Order: sequence, then C-alpha cells, then structure tokens
Amino acid sequence: MATSIKKLPDIEQVLSGNGACGGCPATMALRMVGKALGPNAIMLLTPACSVASMGMTPKLGYNWPCINITFASAGSSASGITNAVEIMKEKGRFEGELPTVFSWAGDGGTYDIGFQALSAAAERNENIIHFCYNNEAYSNTGVQRSGATPRGTFTTTTPTGKRQPKKNMALLMLEHNIPYVATATVAYPADLYDKVVKAKSIKGMKYIEILAPCYLGWQFDMADTVQLSRMAVRSGAWLLWEADNGRITFNNPTAQFISGKKNPEAVDEYLMKQGRFSRLLQGPDAKERIAEIQGDVDREIAFMRERAKIFI
Amino acid sequence: MRSVTKAYRPISWPTLGAGGDTGSWRMHRPVVNHELCTKCQFCWVYCPEAVIDRKAITIDYRYCKGCGVCAVECPTGAITMEKEE
Amino acid sequence: MKTAQVIMATGANAAALAVKSARVDVIPGYPITPQTSIMEAVAGMVESGDLHARFIPVEGEHSVLAAAVAASAAGARVFTATSANGLLYMHEVLHMASGGRLPVVLCNVNRGIFAPWTLWADHQDSFAQRDTGWIQYHCSSNQEVFNTILQAFRVAEQINIPIMVNFDGFSISHCLMPLTIPAQEDIDRFLPPHQPEWRLDPAHPSSFSNVTMAAEYAPFRQMLSDDIMAAVPLVKQAAQEYRDCTGMWDGDTIETYRLEDAEVVALAVNSMAAELKLSVDILRGQGIKAGLLRPRLYIPFPADDIIQALPKNAQVMVLDRNYNFGHPGGILAAELKSILFGRRNDVTVKNRVMGIGGIDLTRRFMAAEIRAMIDEQNGVL
Repeated sequence: MATSIKKLPDIEQVLSGNGACGGCPATMALRMVGKALGPNAIMLLTPACSVASMGMTPKLGYNWPCINITFASAGSSASGITNAVEIMKEKGRFEGELPTVFSWAGDGGTYDIGFQALSAAAERNENIIHFCYNNEAYSNTGVQRSGATPRGTFTTTTPTGKRQPKKNMALLMLEHNIPYVATATVAYPADLYDKVVKAKSIKGMKYIEILAPCYLGWQFDMADTVQLSRMAVRSGAWLLWEADNGRITFNNPTAQFISGKKNPEAVDEYLMKQGRFSRLLQGPDAKERIAEIQGDVDREIAFMRERAKIFI
Repeated sequence: MRSVTKAYRPISWPTLGAGGDTGSWRMHRPVVNHELCTKCQFCWVYCPEAVIDRKAITIDYRYCKGCGVCAVECPTGAITMEKEE
Repeated sequence: MKTAQVIMATGANAAALAVKSARVDVIPGYPITPQTSIMEAVAGMVESGDLHARFIPVEGEHSVLAAAVAASAAGARVFTATSANGLLYMHEVLHMASGGRLPVVLCNVNRGIFAPWTLWADHQDSFAQRDTGWIQYHCSSNQEVFNTILQAFRVAEQINIPIMVNFDGFSISHCLMPLTIPAQEDIDRFLPPHQPEWRLDPAHPSSFSNVTMAAEYAPFRQMLSDDIMAAVPLVKQAAQEYRDCTGMWDGDTIETYRLEDAEVVALAVNSMAAELKLSVDILRGQGIKAGLLRPRLYIPFPADDIIQALPKNAQVMVLDRNYNFGHPGGILAAELKSILFGRRNDVTVKNRVMGIGGIDLTRRFMAAEIRAMIDEQNGVL
C-alpha cells in the first residue's frame, strides 16, 4: 500500500513563486521528491525546463544546494559530487550525514545527449539517484522531438508526426544491473514518494523516471495535467513498475493490465485529448495511425509482461 | 566586486518568489468553498506551486499561478475557477 | 627544509607523484596517448592506498572534466589529465570550469591533433584552448612538471581559476630523468588543505550558475578577465615560496638563459626550450650573442616580464610548435608581437613553425634554423 497523502511530510523543497509554467508537472513531481529526500541532498541539473524554472541569478526557487552542469554530463557530474563528498567525509572535511546526490534531468538530458555519461555512471554503480522527468520532447526549447517522443507525435521537428516509437529508457537502465529502477508519474504522488524513499535507502545507482505531461508540448488545458498523467497510465501508454536488484514488479493500475485482470483503456481518448496527436489524427489515414500507436502500446505491455518473468 | 581574494561566482540563494510575484500570471483564481471541502488534501498534493495550506485549505494568491489543477482534481467540486478582474 | 628524495621518473610519473604530494581528493580519468601513463600511475596509487583519494574511471573526456568541475564545486581538490583530442572534447567544460571559478588542475600532455591522426608532440592542442579562461603553464622538464603542479594548485585555489599544466608528449611524459621529491612536510607547508569559501553544502543551500541576465553576466566575465591578469603576481609569489619551502626553481613567469647581453633571442615553450639552451651554446660558440627566453606562463601572457627581460635591439626568433591559421607562422609569435607593439619598437621578431607532429627538434637543427633566420633578417640569402 502506498503512503496515504495525509501522511506525506510537510517539508517543501520547491519554493512558491518559482519560474515554472502554471500546472508544470516537473515542479509537481519535484515537490514529492523533496518530501521524500528532505533537505540533506545535493541537486544537479542539466539544461531543461527546471533550469528555467529554478529562478535566475541570484534567486533560487529550490531549497537545496544545486549545480547547473553541461547538458551531456548528468551521470559523470553526479559521480564527481558523490565521490567528492564521500572522500571529504573520510578525510574529516565534511560534517554531518552524507547527503543524497541526485540529478534532475529531462528526457533530452537522459535519453539523448545525456545517455553516454548516464550509462557509464550506471555501469560504475555510482551512489546517485538519476531522475528523468519525461515530458516526451525538448519542451524547454519549444517542443522538438527526442528519443522519448512517442510515434505519431507532432513536434516542431516532426511536423507530420514522429515516425518511430520511443525507446524504453527505464528498461535500458535496468539492463545495466543497477540496484533500483522505477517509473512513476504525477497522478500517483504517493507511489512516486514511496519509490524515492526506497531509492534513498539503497546504496549505488538508482534510476527513477517520471512521466510529466506538459500542457505546452502536448497541447491540452493546463488544468488537466494530472488527468493526462492518469489517462496515460490507464491506457497503458505509461507503465508503472519498479525493479529491486533486477526483479520487476508492477504497480497498480499497471499491475492489473499485466496480470490480465483488467484491460487497459483504448488509447483513442488519451490521444484525442492532446493537440500533439489529435491535429494529425483527423486525416484520411487516422485509423491506421491510431492503430499503429495502439500497436506500440500493446507491444510494450506484452514485452514487459514477458521481461518481468526473467529474474536470475 | 573585486574578486582576487574572494571568488565572484554565479551563485543564487533560496528565496520565495524566485520568478517574481507569480500570482500576477493568473487569468483565473481558484476559490475554495469550505462547506464542500472534505480536507482530503488532493489539491495540496497536486499543487505544483506549493501555495495551498494543507490544514486550512487556503491559497496563497501572491504566488498561485491559477493553473486550475486543484479545481479539476477536487473530488467534491469545492474549488471553482473564477475569472480575475 | 627536510631531506628530499631523489628518484628516476618519467614526466608522467612525476605528474602522478605531484598529485600524491598535493593530497588531491578526486581524480576523474580517461585514457589517451600519451597522457595514459599519468592515469595508470594515479589509479595504482589510489588502489594501493598510497594516495587517499577517489579515482573515477569515466567514459570520455567530456565526462572527465564534468566530473572534475562538479567534484570541485563540492569542495574537493581535483586533478585530471588529458592530451590532444581529449582536451578538445573537454572544450565546453573548460569554459564551465573557468566561468564557474572552479580551481581544477589539469595536465595536458601536448600532442598534435586529428586529422590526420598523430600521436606525437606539438602545441596545437593547448594553444587552441587559449580563450577558455584557463591559466596555462608550459613545462620544460620532469622536475618542472612536478613543481608546477604543486604551484598550480596553490595559485588556482587562491584565485579560483582552473589551471592547465602543459608538457610535451613522449619527450617529457615518457623520458626518465632524475626527480627530486621534497619532504611531505615541506610540501604541506607550501600547499595547505583546500578550504573553498563556497561549496555545494546542504547546510547552506545555494545554487551554482543559474540562468543569468546580461546585467549580471557581463560583470562575471569582466571579473574573470581581470582576475586572470591578476594571476601574474600570484604565480611569482608561488614560485618564490616554493623555492623557500623546497629549494627548487624553474623560473616564475619566464625563464631566461644567457639573455643579459644577447643580441639574438630564441623564444619557445616546453621541452624544445630546454634543448634550445644547448642551441644557444652552439650559437655562442659560433660567435653569435644568443640567449633564450622561455615563457613558463602562457596565460596570462607575461607581457611586462618579457618586455623587461628583452635586451635592447634584440632580434627575437620565435620557434612555434603550432600554426596560427589565417596568419603566417605560429601563435606564440603573434602573442609576442601584440605585446611589443608600441612598447618596444627596438625589437624585431622572426618566426618559424617547426616540430609539428613530433618532428625531433635537436640542438643542432634549431641552432641552424636560428642562423638561417639571422641571415634572412640581415638580407643574406
């Protein structure tokens, strides 16, 4: 059972009046991360919306020590920090409990330009948590395609809809044999909170990916941010799972689809609520294109169901 | 601002309103009907801006950006969005 | 001064031993010829416990420096090393280190750059990083590599600017020479523990390098420019205090040889400048009043010291081991001309590019080149 909302800690690490858009799912998620990690943490950011929303010099909208780093470097720079604080602690130059070192990157800084350094940090099993808040495009630069953009999506660099499916980044991270991998999304805040609390308690590399429906990039009403997040999960377009030392378990409602107790909702309604799909799904080939997207979703569920059976 | 002895680095410090008084961005204002409110705290947990008091269910309008997530997520319809003057 | 230890060491080993003497905390590393031997030695010392530090074997040079700057921001003393294309791959992060005022020390083992591939020394790699906001030393011997790394930490941490210590691949990095290692007590006296006045600290949260509007950004850049210029007295002070603590001296911003009465001045950096002392002796033997001026500090370019050191009416022969594309000749000559203009109209400058891609620069070859330049100067063809 997930922690009750009423039992979530009061602490706020994201300060009111920051520079994020109204309804920003990344900020929403970061608030939950803050409740789970508390103040004893060091945050690392690569270029992303959160860098814009954290405030401009000399103001900071987060209550952590933060470092902005080059785009490709989340994995390596977080490794630098965690090694630095650990050796300084050993040498008596760092007082108090060792902080949690975490990187907070978008899908660009994780799936694309940040992949090499992240993969290497995972292979070295560095003691960090890498968060990917995934809004399925380069939203900060005005919505361009990324490796996380699903098939059929309009972005400014896929004006007729992306032709390739997204890659399964969380699974790729799992294949590095790291101690903890999880997916989450903003509609399920207690699930996210619990996963971060668990990650914090584990030594080594942790990867948590959070689906973050961006109203600007996905083209829906900003009040519906949480609704879209919920619909993504209910349609199976986003799967909630975690893997402790390689053993995958699914969280509800995804678990019900995997076990076959319940079928996911068809993706149509989820797609048509978003301008990034609906503007392209009204043509004569709409049926084929929706079927293609539904095929990607079905395939991913079937694949993850089988993949979860492998545990050695 | 001499920096030979003390580095002049691009440092920022935690502060409320790092993006300014973001309440001025608001087009619509969330208004809580306390008679309908059951204090489930859904509005508090989903608020991206941390402007809702979880006990009293009151809103800090200085920073509330008026996204309307709280109104959509409220299970009893206790929050309505009213157009700003 | 305590008893020093004298051993035989390669330049790469000298660098690694300096890292140990400096009590460095974090060393991210990645192999590239000819730098690899430094990282091998450091990794070995960390593994054996000789050096109480963390070695982070990352997956590329961009990550090397990204890990280095982040560790430095967390308050650690950080060292790394690279060569040629590795240094070029770091280029983006070089700017972040200087703009962020993070006192990382990096050894660049000079090597010609791709394309086509070459493994051997020239100075295109480090000179191409001229405008990254790093202080640059260039060393001419294994001992100087050792001494300079310690001085570099001292200066970098005083002024919060990263420092690149350059020396030639193979002719320094892989050649055995006697190396004097001062007693640790003397080094500790010279280089106190790193105590940054700012670091990433959960007890005092603050953030590093948020987006900055022009009104704030411009002063940061001006400050960096001013402070690099202000490094000259600190470099001199570090050299003098290092001599006080260890008895060793490699020059401060410049090194000179038989310069006082010289009419012909050879000017070059790195190992070729050591060999040039012998060329100067050859030329003196031929009745030419030759001398040597070696800028040990390339950035900031020690303008005042060079101008002061050059004898009246000197004919300066700049031997560049790099190209200044778009201009005839090399970068060092252009730098020299720019500082002489309007200040020393009595001095003439001739320039040759040589030693590219590791072509051997012997004392006889360079003496002959300088003779040819004198003839050219005097219209004898």
